[in-house]
Amino acid sequence: MTLEETKKATYTIPVGPIHPALKEPIRLALSVDGEEIVDVDIFAGQVHRGIEWLGMNRNNPIQSIYLAERICGICNICHPFAFVMAVEHAAGITPPARAEYIRTITAEMERIHSHLLWAGIAAHEIGFDTIFYLAWRVREEIMDLIEYVTGNRITKAMFQIGGVRRDITEEQFPRIRQSLDYYKSLFGQLKRVFLDDRTIRMRTKNVGVLKREDALKLLTVGPTARASGVPKDVRQDQPYAAYADLDIKAMTPDMVSGTVVGDVYDRIIVRLLEVKQAIEIIEQCLEKMPPGPILAQPKTAVLLKTLTQAEGEGIGRAEAPRGEVIHYVRLEAGQSTLATWKVRAPTYVNLMAVPTILKGMQIADVPIAFASIDPCMSCTNRIVVTDRAVGRKSVVGYEELHRLSVEKTKELPR
Amino acid sequence: MNLLGENIWINGVIIIVGSAVLVFIGGVFGMLYRGIDRKLVAHMQGRVGPPIVQPFRDVQKLLMKESIIPDGAVSWLFTAAPFICLITSALLLLYIPLFGLQALLGGFGDALLIVYLLILPSLAFAVGGFASSSPYATVGAQREMVVLMSYEFPLAVAIVSLGWRIGHVTTQLTPPANPFMFSTIAEYPIWSLVGPLGIIGSLILVFTLLVVTSGKGAKVPFDVAEAETELAGGILVEYSGRNLCLFYLADIIKAFAMSSLVVALFIPYNLSPLVGIGTPVLAGIVDGLFFLVKVFAVMFISMSVIRTAMARFKISQVSWVYIIAMTLISLVGLILIAVDLMV
Repeated sequence: MTLEETKKATYTIPVGPIHPALKEPIRLALSVDGEEIVDVDIFAGQVHRGIEWLGMNRNNPIQSIYLAERICGICNICHPFAFVMAVEHAAGITPPARAEYIRTITAEMERIHSHLLWAGIAAHEIGFDTIFYLAWRVREEIMDLIEYVTGNRITKAMFQIGGVRRDITEEQFPRIRQSLDYYKSLFGQLKRVFLDDRTIRMRTKNVGVLKREDALKLLTVGPTARASGVPKDVRQDQPYAAYADLDIKAMTPDMVSGTVVGDVYDRIIVRLLEVKQAIEIIEQCLEKMPPGPILAQPKTAVLLKTLTQAEGEGIGRAEAPRGEVIHYVRLEAGQSTLATWKVRAPTYVNLMAVPTILKGMQIADVPIAFASIDPCMSCTNRIVVTDRAVGRKSVVGYEELHRLSVEKTKELPR
Repeated sequence: MNLLGENIWINGVIIIVGSAVLVFIGGVFGMLYRGIDRKLVAHMQGRVGPPIVQPFRDVQKLLMKESIIPDGAVSWLFTAAPFICLITSALLLLYIPLFGLQALLGGFGDALLIVYLLILPSLAFAVGGFASSSPYATVGAQREMVVLMSYEFPLAVAIVSLGWRIGHVTTQLTPPANPFMFSTIAEYPIWSLVGPLGIIGSLILVFTLLVVTSGKGAKVPFDVAEAETELAGGILVEYSGRNLCLFYLADIIKAFAMSSLVVALFIPYNLSPLVGIGTPVLAGIVDGLFFLVKVFAVMFISMSVIRTAMARFKISQVSWVYIIAMTLISLVGLILIAVDLMV
């Protein structure tokens, strides 16, 4: 009889695809030893909807704006934003200055609502339902404002290639300012609730730590990267729309706490600071907004013709509430649909940081640590290969994709 | 020794019928209080909340639903656990004085017995979790055991200190035979025995018991065994229909019994002697209502307010709170009472 090496017994706890901690389907396979997490594996692919395919095969580019809006229910400004910038880049269309400001205002309104929504969810994840209701009640004000300005609470249909579809007029300014003042008056209270509450500190400090080196190595974006002390923000680094005219600085947690830990608490700080920043940006936009048209080409038929004739490729980058979103678009002359459309949502890169964030944590930390990157699965899903003949289903993994890419690249020069 | 006295048959029938009536009344008021608790918490959170009769509807609905037993479960244990849990919870009601009256089986058990009886529902709960073969339930059951072991010590310290002090009644020549009997505790309320230091110590013990009550009731911040967002319901994840209903009722009765225990230990006063109502029936009604008010106060503080104002702890934090913080606090209470006795 040989003595086998004793090994700590770990067992697997599946979190998802359907789990109360997740608002959208994804599967985290947690290997746990008691309460401690030893290893994490992520399986995406439960909400693939073939949106890019529709944009390349069924819809014309203008219809695809509304499709882009429906990539994600929360980021329904930043996706069309990046998309129209990509198409404008490809077709060489310049939107008028006023439209750029209106786009910026709506994007910042979205940031406020998204961060407040996240704050509520984060509180719910740690079992603090009172704060969850508080945060969502506070969020109603910005939702009302969004409805007032754009005509709808979500899927606002504001964007058009070469401008926006609705103007923000002088008469609307007082109502907008009233909402902003409401948030400014509430900011101190929100800060006190989220940053000073004892139990919130107990549950978020030193939980889900992502160190600066890891954040850089794993290419995280948005608040996740900024909370780890990487001052990375598309609005600051490569300003688009009206951001170049404004004073933008990437928010890092050391502005409040003096140090950067990279834990969930720091991510709360960053998001709170960004809500404040968004309010200031909207105020600046209202002041500086130039008069003029809101569309480069008001006639849709003419615009469609231009796009059909256009040839070229374009990239649109926008800073979504969750981080940098990139849309790549290629137009071919004579083709009414997009020749290529590729979306890279922020969660796609931030997901890579999840195993690092979760390892060594307790099971109780999973919901809040995972939620702290503000994951958005519907934006992220890629490819699942189903072989009906054998009834086999497989996800194309990194090695396979890499091999296929290498083969394709080798074919190209010939 | 004949526990049932001389008229064994009459006493036996009284005890059986009385138990049934008590458990029924306890259950009804428990559900009513659960409804009130949910409504109050909803209002504190800025919600409308469910109607107060919602727990009755929940029970009604659960009884109509199918009970599913998972394939991998230890079937007999899985089905037995809810029954054991409910029965042991109901047993508590027989030993704790309710509605200003003596406990039905008060002559056969004291406060120390309650400490042991309180373990049983939690054990049944954990057994059910382990038997259901789900990883969530397993983690939940492990947590339930840890929580159980954690709050046991502060609970014991609180009850033993009280009994110890009552055992040192100086006004009588012979101290009471069993200071842990509820009748003795009611006869010598702690507040009238001790001086200022002792009152502070007793208040600390009350605080300890309130926090333990919150953990016993498995409410936020101590609901780690169920932890919806982490374990999807934990121990209860595989339970449905009638079995879930039994756990639900057991939880409600346990919460009611635990609050009654705090009342019996620290607020054993009756209203009727104070306002001078002589007629037994009227006095009984007044005392019964006053008891409900006292239980409500305990429940409101230990469950509604605490769970509205806090986030869920991690299991390590729960253990820390009970084993270290609450134990130290309750020991301070004990020391204060002891010092008070010496002074």
